[in-house]
Amino acid sequence: MLFTSYRFLEFLLVLFLLYYILPARWQWKVLLVAGFVFYFCANPIYCVYIAVTIFTTWYAGCKIEALREKSTVYLQEHKESLSKEERKSYKAAVKHKTWIWTLSCLLFNLGILAVVKYTNFAISNINSVMKAFGSVGELGFVDIIVPLGISFYTFQAVGYIIDVYRGTVEAEKNIFRFALFVSFFPQLVQGPISRFGDLKKTLFEEHPFDKKTICFGLQRILWGYFKKLVIADRILTGVNALIHNTDTYTGAYVFVGMLFYALELYADFTGGIDITIGIAQTMGIEVTENFRRPYFSKNIKEYWNRWHITMGSWFTDYIFYPISVCKPMLKLSKFSRNHFGEFIGKRVPVYLSSFVVWFATGIWHGASWNFIAWGLGNWLVIMASQELEPLYKKFHNRFHVEGKFGFRLFQVVRTVLLMSCLRLFDCYRDVPLTFRMFGSMFTAGNWNILWNGSLLNIGLTVTDYCILLCGLVLLIAVSLLQRSGSVREKIAGLPFWGRFLLWYGLFLTVLLMGAYGIGYDSSQFIYNQF
Amino acid sequence: MKKKKYFRIIAAVLIVICTLALLQRLLTPKYVDDVIEGALIAEYYDEDKEHDVVFIGDCEVYENFSPAVLWEEYGIHSYIRGSAQQLIWQSYYLLEDTLRYETPKVVVFNVLSMKYNEPQKEAYNRMSLEGMRWSSSKVKAVLASMTERENFEDYLFPILRYHSRWSELNSGDLEYMFQVPKVSHSGYYMRVDVKAAENIPEAKPLADYEFGENAYFYLDKMVQLCEEKGIRLILIKAPSLYPHWYDEWEVQMEEYAKEHHLLYLNFLECTDEIGLDFQTDTYDGGLHLNLSGAEKLTSYFGQILTEQTDVEDKRADEKLAAIWEQKLAEYEKDKQEQYIQYGIEK
Amino acid sequence: MEELLEILQELHPEVNFEEEEHLIDDKILDSFDIVSIISEIADQFDVTISAEHILPENFNSAKALYALIQQLEDED
Repeated sequence: MLFTSYRFLEFLLVLFLLYYILPARWQWKVLLVAGFVFYFCANPIYCVYIAVTIFTTWYAGCKIEALREKSTVYLQEHKESLSKEERKSYKAAVKHKTWIWTLSCLLFNLGILAVVKYTNFAISNINSVMKAFGSVGELGFVDIIVPLGISFYTFQAVGYIIDVYRGTVEAEKNIFRFALFVSFFPQLVQGPISRFGDLKKTLFEEHPFDKKTICFGLQRILWGYFKKLVIADRILTGVNALIHNTDTYTGAYVFVGMLFYALELYADFTGGIDITIGIAQTMGIEVTENFRRPYFSKNIKEYWNRWHITMGSWFTDYIFYPISVCKPMLKLSKFSRNHFGEFIGKRVPVYLSSFVVWFATGIWHGASWNFIAWGLGNWLVIMASQELEPLYKKFHNRFHVEGKFGFRLFQVVRTVLLMSCLRLFDCYRDVPLTFRMFGSMFTAGNWNILWNGSLLNIGLTVTDYCILLCGLVLLIAVSLLQRSGSVREKIAGLPFWGRFLLWYGLFLTVLLMGAYGIGYDSSQFIYNQF
Repeated sequence: MKKKKYFRIIAAVLIVICTLALLQRLLTPKYVDDVIEGALIAEYYDEDKEHDVVFIGDCEVYENFSPAVLWEEYGIHSYIRGSAQQLIWQSYYLLEDTLRYETPKVVVFNVLSMKYNEPQKEAYNRMSLEGMRWSSSKVKAVLASMTERENFEDYLFPILRYHSRWSELNSGDLEYMFQVPKVSHSGYYMRVDVKAAENIPEAKPLADYEFGENAYFYLDKMVQLCEEKGIRLILIKAPSLYPHWYDEWEVQMEEYAKEHHLLYLNFLECTDEIGLDFQTDTYDGGLHLNLSGAEKLTSYFGQILTEQTDVEDKRADEKLAAIWEQKLAEYEKDKQEQYIQYGIEK
Repeated sequence: MEELLEILQELHPEVNFEEEEHLIDDKILDSFDIVSIISEIADQFDVTISAEHILPENFNSAKALYALIQQLEDED
């Protein structure tokens, strides 16, 4: 069930009715069933995968909690009789046990993720290595089903177990409630990656029928569909044409493709998240925001704090910090400081752990060297800008540009372009090709395609361009408005007919200008032969 | 205050429903100025029903038979429920649909569509199904016909299907928004122009000549339905030169007719008796007959109907006579207009 | 406390760490800063702040951070 299918909308409608008609104490159970129905419709096998992850994580969480409770009781009871040393070693022993549970759970679930997602990637790499050593034999690829959204729900489960281990959240004793957290269907497909501590605040509550929340949720869903159907799915035709015909579309086309892809990805991803968060909101559930106007960022570091936020913070909290402040890393840092000086010693933890983070981020996005190259590209740029920061500061102070509109605009454009360039890895078949295509931008000299009408040959008509342009203007306008607070709140302050006109207008725009369905092409209807 | 609030909400809902309904009317193709095949199915509902003979099938019925001739020469009151590439399950459900309004004495079905066992083309589905009034037959017809890319919702709300047509609207869409003029003559699509049959494509050998299971299933259903209602079912194969009618198919149809005691007429075998001349009697090189061909064929078939079935000459029926007087006038008018349009002197 | 303020001040000379109470919430400190701080603290105070202690409430102000250090020293 794609978000953009009729089936999904009908599913939502039925769910919505059940959710508010049945007794409120059943609400979260309805959602749990809905999640599994959603998953079952996609492929019954998926349910097995997610059930295994739910069960193992839940069980490990309970075990950890039980160990900890037991130890608290034990320490209470033996408060007097234990020496400080004994208490410390008892605590350490308990901690070790909980760590074993955590680690087993992590290895097991990340293991599933690794096997289903990366086996074939590993095989293809092994084959290349073997070939390089002159072997003629090749390993065959295996046929593994990759469950829908496995990267997302595994990350949620893993985040949960680490949080339980760290003691930031209490383990959930009720397996069904925990199952709902992992399988909450709106975010199953593309996130956001929620934390148990955040989501549980509203997930299991009883939600009375609240007109305002529901309206806001519906409005957000509509806005999401606008982004997805009117903009993303429309420009997709052009993007696909540009990135799949690498012989024809070089040079300036790469530049155009890059910008189109930036728009497509933004509209598709943030639109999808709007739909997700909107659906949750209609049911009174608050899901963490995943984007904060990312294309208004002034540098890449800021961009990554505003784009796919829940993923970034997941990597920071569960990979970056644990690696960068673990004891061996601190020792390594000290060692380098003593041997290579302050400058290097200080940088070792940050460089190493962020390298791991960006490698992981890359491969998490997809099992290919393209994504790894993309991740490491991000790492390089971030490190470079970190090092150059003092230089920037000097420049800013020297020319008094800081805070001036023109300069801010320059920074924003620079960030968007930089991110778009990096995303070329995401577009082209392999890494060398990506470099070739990137290089062709500087050598091809076919910039006249921008105005000589060639862009009408990539599957987009003048009408399409007009719609896209209007859509883009609307996107930017809404983003600008958002800076001073919720746009929906602002609209809610308008008189009834104003609100009606805006929202119904948006609905009609999606209905008429959305790129969905078979599409009307009068030539299909030209009568021939029968 | 509260009253005002409810009033506003009701007004808003009404505005939404009305604008959506109007938009749907506006965006749905009207099939008046071109591709008029798409308008055929819907026209039936405005007719005076009580037909004695109803034709169902694809273009080989609605371009090859002229009910006007059946009336003029034999007093047979008939109608054609044909549409472009009408698939056999569509024919069956159209028959079901027709039987909700009337029970003719004879149903004539053209068997070319036996060759299709699966849904074919979305555009033809739309043209065959869209015009049907909603009934359980239409629901079943849609479900049986949808190709993989189609959704039932697109039939339920055609605006979903045609939403992007706003960029291709023309004056006809406004003109015919509420009232679509008649395009056929009791289901007959008249063409007077001539394009001689010269280069008939050669018949390609097929991997499998056996008609599909699904096709037989609906043919059986059709036979059964006619039996139940006491309707005489006649199977025909119109004398179109191509798509090619294979001998292997002919054998199967003959056997089927024999087994079920049906009259089966293959007009391809008697083109000389009918007097068809594919130099002058077709408008598209042998695919379909033009007016001259259709009139010859209808005249021939009318004789068979009169002799072999119990349809009566109803020319004495005043009500029908009045209806047909008007129909024949329109028929004549269309004919003359087309002669002028194609520069044919008669 | 003095030592801690020195560490912080060296990292961000422009921030008034004695007053500021939203170092994390207002994004004054980013993840790289936090790692540097922890590594400096490990050096000078001989306590290890592990990943589980990296919570906004522990890093939002110099005071909170100092309290964390003391708590960890106590536990040792």
